Amino acid sequence: MSIKLNALFSDSYVDVSQYRDQHFKGNRYEQEKLLKQANTLYVGNLSFYTTEEQVYELFSKSGDVKRIIIGLDKVKKTACGFCFVEYYTRTDAENAMRFVNGTRLDDRIIRTDWDAGFKEGRQYGRGKSGGQVRDEYRQDYDPARGGYGKDSIGWQVIGIVAFKGNF
Amino acid sequence: NYIFNLKWDTFMHPLNYIFRRISCVSELAQKVQLKEGSISDYLFHLTVIHHVCVHLILGGQSHKRRRTSEPVEIEDRLESLICRVGEKSTSSLESNLEGLAGVLEADLPNYKNKILRILCAVARLLPEKLTVYTTLVGLLNARNYNFGGEFVEAMIRQLKETLKANLYTEALYLVRFLCDLVNCHVIAAPSMVAMFENFVSVTQEEDVPQVRSDWFVYAVLSSLPWVGKELDEKKDVEMDRLLNQIDGYLKRRLKTHVPMLQVWTAEKPHPQEEYLDCLYAQIQKLKKDRWQERHILRPYIAFDSVLCEALQHNLPPFTPPAHMPDCQYPMPRVIFRMFDYTDAPEGPVMPGSHSVERFVIEDNLHNIIKSHWKERKSCAAQLLSYPGKNKIPLNYHIVEVIFGELFQLPCPPHIDVMYTTLLIELCKLQPGSLPQVLAQATEMMYVRLDTMNTICIDRLLNWFSHHLSNFQFRWSWDDWVDCLALDADKPKPKFVKEVLEKCMRLSYHQRIVDIVPPTFSGLIPADPIFFYKYQDEANSALPGYAVAIAVGNAIKNRASNEEILTVLKDVPNPNQEDDDDEGEGFNPLKIEVFLQTLLHLAAKSFSHSFSALAKFHEILKALTDCDEGKLHILRVVYEVWKNHPQMVSVLVDKLIRTQIVDCAAVANWLFSPSMAHEFTRFYVWEILHSTIRKMNKHVQKIQKELEEAKDKLERQQHKKVGSRRNSEDEDGQLEEQIERLQEKVESAQSEQKNLFLVIFQRFIMMLTEHLVRCETGSVDFSTPWYKNCIERLQQIFLMHHVTIQQYMGTLENLLFTAELDHHILAVYQQFCALQL
Repeated sequence: MSIKLNALFSDSYVDVSQYRDQHFKGNRYEQEKLLKQANTLYVGNLSFYTTEEQVYELFSKSGDVKRIIIGLDKVKKTACGFCFVEYYTRTDAENAMRFVNGTRLDDRIIRTDWDAGFKEGRQYGRGKSGGQVRDEYRQDYDPARGGYGKDSIGWQVIGIVAFKGNF
Repeated sequence: NYIFNLKWDTFMHPLNYIFRRISCVSELAQKVQLKEGSISDYLFHLTVIHHVCVHLILGGQSHKRRRTSEPVEIEDRLESLICRVGEKSTSSLESNLEGLAGVLEADLPNYKNKILRILCAVARLLPEKLTVYTTLVGLLNARNYNFGGEFVEAMIRQLKETLKANLYTEALYLVRFLCDLVNCHVIAAPSMVAMFENFVSVTQEEDVPQVRSDWFVYAVLSSLPWVGKELDEKKDVEMDRLLNQIDGYLKRRLKTHVPMLQVWTAEKPHPQEEYLDCLYAQIQKLKKDRWQERHILRPYIAFDSVLCEALQHNLPPFTPPAHMPDCQYPMPRVIFRMFDYTDAPEGPVMPGSHSVERFVIEDNLHNIIKSHWKERKSCAAQLLSYPGKNKIPLNYHIVEVIFGELFQLPCPPHIDVMYTTLLIELCKLQPGSLPQVLAQATEMMYVRLDTMNTICIDRLLNWFSHHLSNFQFRWSWDDWVDCLALDADKPKPKFVKEVLEKCMRLSYHQRIVDIVPPTFSGLIPADPIFFYKYQDEANSALPGYAVAIAVGNAIKNRASNEEILTVLKDVPNPNQEDDDDEGEGFNPLKIEVFLQTLLHLAAKSFSHSFSALAKFHEILKALTDCDEGKLHILRVVYEVWKNHPQMVSVLVDKLIRTQIVDCAAVANWLFSPSMAHEFTRFYVWEILHSTIRKMNKHVQKIQKELEEAKDKLERQQHKKVGSRRNSEDEDGQLEEQIERLQEKVESAQSEQKNLFLVIFQRFIMMLTEHLVRCETGSVDFSTPWYKNCIERLQQIFLMHHVTIQQYMGTLENLLFTAELDHHILAVYQQFCALQL
């Protein structure tokens, strides 16, 4: 009585995405392993004004939240639109991937992804101007994320498509 | 060559195309076998062709699926083929089934066991496609009698195993599958009736839990929509007798548990019926209608000419496994109904509450959710593509089934938030119709709040606020203006107030002010600001004011803990005599001065407050060494943050986790007179249940550690046998660790039991006081406060029933004795009835 019919009961919302943290200290194998066991989620596309309280309320719906680390602009030390949510158990994090990912927080569709674990320094944006990379070259106007991208004009001039964004 | 030279018709489903072609080839092979080569050669070639073609087809389709890997072996492909039959296809279901039957028949010589296992698994796990698979088995049986026999035997074995493993839901599907095999001429009707007779005879057993005989009766009744007609035609006398026995059983069985499981206590507009009663009424109506059932999709009808030629098998006599103490039968349920035919304004009519169609539709929708709950997009798509959807108001059925699950007592089958996102997905797929049904449902539930169980109101407001946050909080609040005229403690205004508070947690205060009409300003939650007692010079007369300022400065200047404690020494102790010693005992003022100041400095965010608690953990522990200290710290947290219930919740959580307060202290604080005015607030119960859960998880964690240590010791000792002797130290160390863990487990369980005792004692005290007061004053005791309180007591039992089971003896001897007021005792008795 052992067949589970795995082909049919897929759980794709819990799959790891294609993104890999380029600053991860360790080899690819270690990173994969950590991602598959992680209790921590990266949350992206937040408004700069979204508070820790709002994140707590939403993510508590899938289980007890251990801690939240709000992502900060490296220069200004203000929120720059992402955060990490760490749960006590993997199950709770999985339920967040299934039922919170892709829904709205502060009227914005947020995106969650597995994270290998918070390390000091990872709470800062890695864009040149201090925020997230994706906000460096963004061309659209997003009032909840500082308006236009930092270098959107330069982007138009250069017209290159090669950057690794967190989006 | 035959296959590849054929034109590839792009309008046909490629898979089915191949099925058709393979069955042609199979016939061809059979015709040719006598002339050239053996049949096994042709079957081999057939399998190779199958292998190649399936590989091509699934390879071509793999880009559409987010599966992790393609099936690489033919066995995996078989699994895939069988699982997918019945899914959306350009060809008819009948031709797909025919094609698949041909393919499987060809594969039987080499893959019989695999095919048996897959078919048994789909019977157990895919009840929503029951008739598709029974038809498939019927076709296989017609082509290969032995296979049919082996399948039936395998199913019976599986049924026994699932019953032994307490998998009663799956066992139910197996029984139903076997029943439908009667319709497919695989199983002889008389032998099915004999099995039913054995099931119903369980009702004659003595000294068994009622839930045991309930299950066997349910297994019979819930299969009748599928097979009632056939069995009645063949064995009407026996079936009548069976139904009479069931009738007698249902009349004498106890229904003490029902009030505890009802979502609404009112009988109107829709009575919330006990599940067996409802099903029996539906079957009786079906019988009256001469067993005519038109909703279930029955593919086997199309194959009647083939199937009726098949030889049938007899089910072996099946004795229900005996009752064992560790059997865990399913709990009884109450059927959730919120819609009837008057609610769907146009289009197809909703089947009545006692029609068997209603039962089948709801059963199928529940099964779809059960199979697909982890993937909300697929789940929504599957629900909306329910076969036969054009004949029923499908959106209404879906909404009713989803809320039925969300409000199910004791607990929903799946995590609450799943239902919220599922409804959002459904709204996305049916933007023109589903949101309206949802709005209609919300309105209906608002109107009926007065009789809704408090636990369900909690879930409703959680759902509603979360749902609104995904739709810019747009709602026709003006429709609910009637609640403003009512007392604030009545369910409707309370509901709106709590919804707005939850909405605020997902947004911010000004947003809530903006989204409601000005008339609703009385229900808007308070601005979540901090109340600092020692805020300005106006308070300089307060005792401890000077120390508060000093402590604040010390903290800002990063003074050490010793330095801060020295500053705090100056705080007088209001509890003390002047000639007492240095004041080592509980000093509420010291706690107040320190904690108010600390939390004030850290008020900016949750993270700031958590850091503060962590940094000054030592001081806090020192100040709250006794029970009164722990209680007082909680009071201070409330005093400063009473306008920000969410902050109170997370701080209490941290205080427990860092062991500054214990769980019992939190329970005592919530039930204390100082919190009586908050007693009906939703957040109070959030905190209490979160506290109980933390306690439970703590016990489980240590129990797990103990089990792991025991396993390790066992493994170590096994290793010793035969190998050279290691030092006894290792064993000794492990045994010591096990002893320590054993003590830890006992101490944790004792703490857990104490927590429940405290909670139940407090409930009993409060409720008894209220009842006595009302009796002496000749006032009706059934106030909104009373309803809330008694349902909150129920909630403790329901939400933590697994843990509470362990302590039933103590509860009965110490607390829920016969001297208790019968209103309170009734709750306990209803709870016991859930497992009897």
